[in-house]
Amino acid sequence: MKSLPPVDVVIVGGGWTGLLMAKELGSRTSLSVVVLERGGPRKTEDYGADMDELDYAVRLHMMQDASQETVTLRHDTTQRAFPLRQHGSFFAGAGVGGAGEHWNGVFPRVLPDCFEVLSRSTQKYGAERLPEDHAMQDWGITYDELEPHYARAEALLGISGKAGNIRGRLIEGGNIFEGWRSAEFPTPPTKIPYCSVLFRDAAKGLGYHPYPVPAATVSQVYTNPDGVARAGCTYCGFCERFGCMIGAKAQPTNTLLPVIQKHKNVSIRTGAWVRRIVHDSAPKGGRARGVTYIDAKGEEFFQPAELIFLASWTLNNTRLLLLSGIGEPYRADSGKGTLGRNLTHQVFFSAATAFFEKPLNRFMGAGAAGSRISDLDGDVFDHSQLNFLRGGTLEVLSLGYRPIANFGVVPQTVKTKWGSEWKKAALRYYDSTASIIFSGEHLAYKGNCMDLDPTYKDHFNDPLLRLTLDWRENERRMAGFVTAKAVEIARAMGAKEVTPFSGLRSYDATRYQSTHVQGGAIMGSSPETSVVNPYLQHWDASNLFVLGASSFPQNASANPTSTILALTCRTADAVVDRYLKNPGALA
Amino acid sequence: MRRREFLTLSAASVGGVLVYSLGGEVSRLSARADQSIRIPLRFFSEAEALIVAAAASQIFPSDETGPGAREAAVAVYIDRQLAGPWGRDRHRYTQEPFDEAAPPEFGYQGSATPQQIYRQGLKELKGFDRLGFDEQAQKLKQIEATLFFSLLRQNTIEGMFCDPIHGGNAGMLGWQLIGFPGPRMSNYDDVDKHYGEAFRPKPTSLQQMSGHKVRPSEDEE
Repeated sequence: MKSLPPVDVVIVGGGWTGLLMAKELGSRTSLSVVVLERGGPRKTEDYGADMDELDYAVRLHMMQDASQETVTLRHDTTQRAFPLRQHGSFFAGAGVGGAGEHWNGVFPRVLPDCFEVLSRSTQKYGAERLPEDHAMQDWGITYDELEPHYARAEALLGISGKAGNIRGRLIEGGNIFEGWRSAEFPTPPTKIPYCSVLFRDAAKGLGYHPYPVPAATVSQVYTNPDGVARAGCTYCGFCERFGCMIGAKAQPTNTLLPVIQKHKNVSIRTGAWVRRIVHDSAPKGGRARGVTYIDAKGEEFFQPAELIFLASWTLNNTRLLLLSGIGEPYRADSGKGTLGRNLTHQVFFSAATAFFEKPLNRFMGAGAAGSRISDLDGDVFDHSQLNFLRGGTLEVLSLGYRPIANFGVVPQTVKTKWGSEWKKAALRYYDSTASIIFSGEHLAYKGNCMDLDPTYKDHFNDPLLRLTLDWRENERRMAGFVTAKAVEIARAMGAKEVTPFSGLRSYDATRYQSTHVQGGAIMGSSPETSVVNPYLQHWDASNLFVLGASSFPQNASANPTSTILALTCRTADAVVDRYLKNPGALA
Repeated sequence: MRRREFLTLSAASVGGVLVYSLGGEVSRLSARADQSIRIPLRFFSEAEALIVAAAASQIFPSDETGPGAREAAVAVYIDRQLAGPWGRDRHRYTQEPFDEAAPPEFGYQGSATPQQIYRQGLKELKGFDRLGFDEQAQKLKQIEATLFFSLLRQNTIEGMFCDPIHGGNAGMLGWQLIGFPGPRMSNYDDVDKHYGEAFRPKPTSLQQMSGHKVRPSEDEE
């Protein structure tokens, strides 16, 4: 193995968090920074001819190559795990920009009480109401501490939306249930396509409080505080699973890369597959010394560094720590150890599929153009008489309707799935169908966790990550409750027929349910129950930081990117303002 | 080396077919009457391609609601997909142990590639294309629960609505049937208009829109 000249900083992963940290350090310090990204380079011009549903949305051109590495899954610790042989319930990104290139751009903040979900729920409902087997805990940070960083992240991306709460003043038309904001959104809301208008008006008529979805697909030309200008969205409808050809959707390559490229102290090495973090083995007060990686030609290198940021997405963050032997692996049977605990996946499903008589022109839209309600989110509604805790949002997104993905959805009265009768109904309803989507909280449980798989390996013969994951009664009951509400809204939208969600059973790895997989290297106020401190600094090695949703102790209903970026901003401040002056534990 | 196989598409004229489109109003498809064309096959034998064309036509028939899998050249699409990386499981995780009997929520856990699943499935359908229409439908009902049939159904939908660079959706027939315009640079002026009324811009393919040749993934090595 060849040892390379030492650098000040190594960042593992070139997605949202890795490139945001690279931009901050590149702009604010003279440190030498190397980003190691295992995928290839990317730029906006690559997306000029990517509006091909088959290659991008069906064959998943932008995702990790599952033939090289995947994860295994089992529902509980008594089962054997199966590898996810092709992408299904979530899509791990690859290449510069990572999943931040092919996301939808939905950018809500997490509700304030989510950060203290254990203490707030216990206080209000009593410990006996918490689910058996839960592993809920507070994040070690409050919403008020994070608010300025949310505002910074929103300014960076130019988020479009309407505030519902500015410093405690509630504003009709925005989300009045959200945490306070220091200011209005950087850009006005996106246009609202027709089927989302139907949802908005129906929800309002039923007494809910609809608001425009906060969107990184910006509504107008926007120049951010770094001087990076982006075009306004044209509603072409090719966001999710595609890169934006005009740069209207904020992506790491169009928002962060232009700044990074101005700084000679930052370099990005693509095709660099990091296999281990090399460290001194003292359990406390340990120290990371660098990383080993294999380049595209198959040659292995050791890259020494003073400071290491692990920013390689939820699952790979946890896997790299496990492979490197940093921290104590969690064991579900004894509850000992912290690394790999609190695996969660956003509770995400189509709560009601509504069939209309009129056409909806659904090919027009944007990844985050839509209308949403938070009346059934978090603890916004009282759970005293309910048999579950927490909740989520209902929305109709007009994200562009792809024909291969959506053709063939017919009302339940049509019993065939092929042939003339099916074809006739499928043609009739193709552009007259809308889904009300639920995005809900997933509480942490002692039995939902990650470790290394004993059987299956990646293409370098390293063990795959094994997920142990299943739903509990709390999520199943929540799903039943919101499904009934969504059906009411669908009827009020004027739907002639409505198909309700069939219910959550076992975790289904074949149904896409957002890429919001979280936990494993969670943050907290105690090293006994968390892997990183509230500055995302590893408890066992103060020069190692672990960025991303791997740090979330439980899954909020909100899509995670806003919170991931806010936490990364906060870490960047702590590193630049405090750590570099006096290296050591920040908490 | 096996002899070069061709599929002859006797594309029926669809120029005169009336289609009841989404608003219930009658529209006329704009596809021209193509002559017969001989298309070189990449994976299927001619006999296999004829069976696939007949079966896809059962799934998505040509009938009073408009043209179907036959006119859209779905069999050509499937042939190219099977010959490409997808058909060979180029990007699927294929490390042992496999388990054909794994619960469905873990996805297909067997070892067969799409190429193998089709080849095996087509053996069971020998002579299918020469059966009468109703007999064909009966035969497909018997295999409805198989992995082969679910792939065939999924691939038929893909071949109806993919961009024409992939060999299916010939003449953008599929897109015209459902009023999908294909890739469009901008809907800015229309996205908040036409509420409740069908807005149906003329379809363009990716190649027409981008103005240059686009290489589909099935042509990659």
